[in-house]
Amino acid sequence: MAYFESPVGYVIVALFPALAAALFFLVGDLFFSYNEANLRHFFANMPILIAVIAPAIAMRTWAEELRSGTFERLSTLPFSVTELVVGKFLGVWAIFAFATSCSLLVPITVDSLGDLDWGPVIAAYIGTLFMAGAALAICCYLSSITTNQIVAWMIGACVLLALNLVHLIASAAFVPQAIAEFMLQVDMSQHFKSMARGVIDMQAIGYYVAVIVLALLANNISLSYRRFL
Amino acid sequence: MNADHNVVVQVDGLHKSYGDVHALRGLDLQVKSGEILGFLGPNGAGKTTAIKIFSGFIAADKGSAKICSYDCYSESVEVQKILGYLPENNPIYPEMRVVDALKFVGAAHYLRGSALNDSIDRVVEKTQLHEVFYRQVATCSKGFRQRVGLAQALLNDPQVLLLDEPTSGLDPLQVYEMRKLITELGEQKTVIITSHVLSEVEAVASRVVMLNNGSKVIDKQMSDFEDEQLVAVQLVCNKQKLVSLCQKVSASVEHVEELPDINQCHAVVSSTVSSQQLVSQLAKAACESQIEVAMLNPQGNSLEHQFRSICNQ
Repeated sequence: MAYFESPVGYVIVALFPALAAALFFLVGDLFFSYNEANLRHFFANMPILIAVIAPAIAMRTWAEELRSGTFERLSTLPFSVTELVVGKFLGVWAIFAFATSCSLLVPITVDSLGDLDWGPVIAAYIGTLFMAGAALAICCYLSSITTNQIVAWMIGACVLLALNLVHLIASAAFVPQAIAEFMLQVDMSQHFKSMARGVIDMQAIGYYVAVIVLALLANNISLSYRRFL
Repeated sequence: MNADHNVVVQVDGLHKSYGDVHALRGLDLQVKSGEILGFLGPNGAGKTTAIKIFSGFIAADKGSAKICSYDCYSESVEVQKILGYLPENNPIYPEMRVVDALKFVGAAHYLRGSALNDSIDRVVEKTQLHEVFYRQVATCSKGFRQRVGLAQALLNDPQVLLLDEPTSGLDPLQVYEMRKLITELGEQKTVIITSHVLSEVEAVASRVVMLNNGSKVIDKQMSDFEDEQLVAVQLVCNKQKLVSLCQKVSASVEHVEELPDINQCHAVVSSTVSSQQLVSQLAKAACESQIEVAMLNPQGNSLEHQFRSICNQ
């Protein structure tokens, strides 16, 4: 709830659905020219949107605690580091889920204009939440290695953009086949492709869960290490 | 003071370095239940480092610290359940209201419903936070923020209180109020308070541990310091005559310095009588021995003298 004590929280939470809707309805004629009641292009923009918004949501998770000294207050309460890490992560994930819920106006609008199939929409939203979870977990870790929120945002955005665009390098001719396949496996947007079309891909969900677990583990280690500094 | 003499804080051979800076060099300490221990020392002595290790915030490089038999590193969560900690600079989330800040810490200690409300009422009464209860922390004065920090430390009714520079930045009236509160708390809890202000420790502590450069240099009951009064004496005589004169009045010579350029000798002497009586006795003895007195200057109790000596090193 402290997230909404300042206007920044409201701005960031409002920005996500606003940008998503603007990109879908206004930019590149993605909706009106197709004249179809489906949201494939709406969800196709999600990886890049999340790469920008997730760092903004997660940037102050640990960076602000470390800068202001409240990390000491938090660390001396009867919580384990794991509980703190998971708690913070679930908090920012809930904030993103709330921001995502605000974007439901888009499918509701499309449904009012035509006969929207809600099954694929729900599947795509599930995929969005899992992809956002992975992005937020990475950004929470990056927030724990700096005391500056802006640096945390910039590094987070760069890392996420890289993870979403690595497939472009994989398709280059000079990249060996094995490395190209590895790059495609690592690329977050590739795993989201089938879910954007409305297919709940368990392999993709497994990938995102694995990223979440690894990022939270890294977050745990980076904070635990501070006890020895 | 509580008559129970069980050891609640046990520290053995604690070492901590920050790179090349040795903050603690083998600290050994025992704190008994009911004591108000004053951790005194100049800036950089290692007081806050020791407190941070006790609170479980940082780990020692070597040695162990235990509170109520729980290891401060490996069982830090158990320690934090029975500990109340007021960190240096008192970090509190500024955007929270006071009531929310207390609810947050109370919930962290697994207090719920009526138990949480009762605890909050108790600490608000203790720290007199009624006036700012619904105010945002950022808009509270330094004194009130310090009281909020102390209230947070008291919410779980801890057995042991760690207060790191609790009167830092407060005005004289606020300092007085805080000291009064700490003295009251000391009647029921074991309190460890750090300070680089001598008068603060003198006002509240029952025992003093003085650190310098990471090592313990003094560990005494406050009453031992109060019993020792010091006088600086400078006589026109040599060292032997000065020492002999002090022995006549049953005063201990702390250190002697000869000043050959002016044929005088300077010493700091201590005794269990009051400093005025000691001055009078020394003056009388010097007169009887026909020794000229250049200076007789009361120095207060030996705690102040030793603290100044350490700070000047």
